[in-house]
Amino acid sequence: MLGTRMNWQRWVMVLPALVFFVVFALVPMCVAVYYSGLSWDGITDPIWVGMKNWVTVFKDGEAWQSTWLTIELMGLCWITQCPLSLVLGVFMAGKQKHRTVFSIFYFIPLLFSAAAIGVTWSYILNPNFGLVNAILKAIGIGNGNENWLGNPHLALFIVSLIIAWQFVPFNSLLFQGGAKQIPESLYEAARIDGAGPFRIFFSITLPQLKYTIVTASVLILTGTLTYFDLIYVLTGGGPGSATQVLAMDMYKQAFINNDLGMGSVMAIILAVFGLVLSLLILKFTGFNRMDSQKEGM
Amino acid sequence: MNRVGKKFFMTIVSAVLLLGLLAGCSSSSSGKGSGGSVVVWNDVSGDAKDAIDKMVDRFNKANSDITVKSQYFETNPYKQKLHIVMGADNAPDIFSNWGGGGLKDYIDAGDVLDLTPYLKDDSDKYLSSIMKSVTFDGKIYGVPHGNLQQVNFFYNKEIFKKYNLNPPKTWDDLLDAVKVLKSKGIAPIALGGKDKWPDLMYFEYLVDRIGGSEPFNNVAAGKDNAWSDPSIQKAIQMMQQLVKAGAFEQGFSSVGSGDGEDAALLYTGKAAMWLMGSWGYTSVLSDAKDFVDKGNLGWFTFPTVSGGKGDPSDVAGNPSEFYSISKNTKNKKAAIKFLKDANLNDKNVSDLIKISNVPAVNGIDSQLKDSDNGDYMSFSYDIIKNAKYFQQSWDTALSTKEGNRLNEDLSKVLLNQMSPQEFSTDMNKYLK
Repeated sequence: MLGTRMNWQRWVMVLPALVFFVVFALVPMCVAVYYSGLSWDGITDPIWVGMKNWVTVFKDGEAWQSTWLTIELMGLCWITQCPLSLVLGVFMAGKQKHRTVFSIFYFIPLLFSAAAIGVTWSYILNPNFGLVNAILKAIGIGNGNENWLGNPHLALFIVSLIIAWQFVPFNSLLFQGGAKQIPESLYEAARIDGAGPFRIFFSITLPQLKYTIVTASVLILTGTLTYFDLIYVLTGGGPGSATQVLAMDMYKQAFINNDLGMGSVMAIILAVFGLVLSLLILKFTGFNRMDSQKEGM
Repeated sequence: MNRVGKKFFMTIVSAVLLLGLLAGCSSSSSGKGSGGSVVVWNDVSGDAKDAIDKMVDRFNKANSDITVKSQYFETNPYKQKLHIVMGADNAPDIFSNWGGGGLKDYIDAGDVLDLTPYLKDDSDKYLSSIMKSVTFDGKIYGVPHGNLQQVNFFYNKEIFKKYNLNPPKTWDDLLDAVKVLKSKGIAPIALGGKDKWPDLMYFEYLVDRIGGSEPFNNVAAGKDNAWSDPSIQKAIQMMQQLVKAGAFEQGFSSVGSGDGEDAALLYTGKAAMWLMGSWGYTSVLSDAKDFVDKGNLGWFTFPTVSGGKGDPSDVAGNPSEFYSISKNTKNKKAAIKFLKDANLNDKNVSDLIKISNVPAVNGIDSQLKDSDNGDYMSFSYDIIKNAKYFQQSWDTALSTKEGNRLNEDLSKVLLNQMSPQEFSTDMNKYLK
């Protein structure tokens, strides 16, 4: 139908988006590749050092540690967010009494900025004056001496819990929407066949939410990859470098150490990482050819 | 990249960053007359900001042909902002800085005006131990303003009295006091390890007490393996010895200093001692005036280390903040006049003393003694005046990159994630 005559119109339609993409995504990326070969602090004249920054990054192992921490955080975030938001979302999609009231409570964290959440939680978790330790001591669990964000073995896990606190509401919103789309007739049929609530959940709700789970997982994983603000406020990458994920490392190199070359190297690693991740997700989940599951209904 | 390209890029970046600022301030400074207008950038707030405002007002009234405008920023964003405008050759006429390696970076980039010819008749005005931080190759690039910021121990007198303790004079005294306090269930020392720079205060004092100023000078000069100096290794060991003895409060690596948490440990009686810059006094004063009024806040200099080479009178810390003039200012004359006439003149000095700040000028002993918080202010002033050597904080004295790495590694040292050997090996990579 669309003959060659229409071709130029299509290009015109695409043009604004294309221009934005080139100017704000492609050009900066190419510039970052160029910067990664510089020794430059932003004020003196830059010096071209070729692959030196790359060699340093891969030799001293710190980038590997940041990469590993990022993967670890992605795993932790998926485990803490996905199952919980699924259950909450399905619950909120139901017809129970006071459901709206509950939902409103669940959504409150979604309204806060990451900085506010970070400051609040660092006070709550404070080892000396914090609420959590005071409560634990009052009810007799431990001696109220736990050092939540200052313990290198615990910090990343605690951070992932706080990220979950912030994002579970959003993800459960996705699941709520997904669950509401499931036709009532499927449940009726299941009940007639004598299925109990658990059987219904695992045989109907869960399979029907397959693509919602994929969507939520993609959002959680890609979101965590570049996650920065909350970690910056909560721990600043510490204690030591226990929570220094890739994005944090990039910021530190470029804007604290004023080493734009090294910062660009980290930025490129982050971009490549993100690219590989999206390709893998597309390949293994069929995210690109999602089709309706309701054919014939 | 060529100079033009770099400038273009930095101009765009700074334009975007400045947009937020411009939206906030209605900057409608129209220069009145021939003297022109001068913009001054500061990173202070509260009382210190009021003192600068007063100084600027007085100057503007006295000089009808010049308009000085002072702008204020938060410290950490200020450092980044300054860095960017410097790169874009778009700096304000006068900018506040900390001297040392950070200022040297700007001088090397040709962005800072040499003030030597204009300060000839002012040679006796400022404390000489302070001026070292802005003097490079015999040329002076800044003048001090505001408060002296040396580091010393503060302590809770009530707790010390209760357990019959005296302010420790030597390192061994300190370890004994730590042992006693620990056994009584009190955190011996409050440390804001989350911010990392408080860790540095132990390091720079210990290195100086053990090895004098030489280890630092070698590092600053970039000598091979300067970080492997035995004094530096010993200092690292002693810091780990403190941690092992349980000297710091639980969770010190997640306790902040910028947010006043370490100070709170001291004045709520949870901790007995606190190593901090002189601003610690003013922050306790504003957060817990009662505590100071009751006479519970004490102070002493950093303990000596037996057999150490450093002079016991040596002091470490940030000497002061400084005003420097950027080279491309359009109103050089007015800017210099402001620094010479308004900054640290008699009225400004008495304003500063009123808010418990100690300015870096000679001959104010009696004025300090008679003021409200004269005890502490005289203590600060005297130890700096009598110091054989003022060790500027290593993180501002060295290049930004090396200094930040140092703070980062020290926090790992205190977490026992790094041995003295690993510390030296890692830091040697950053020698400039």
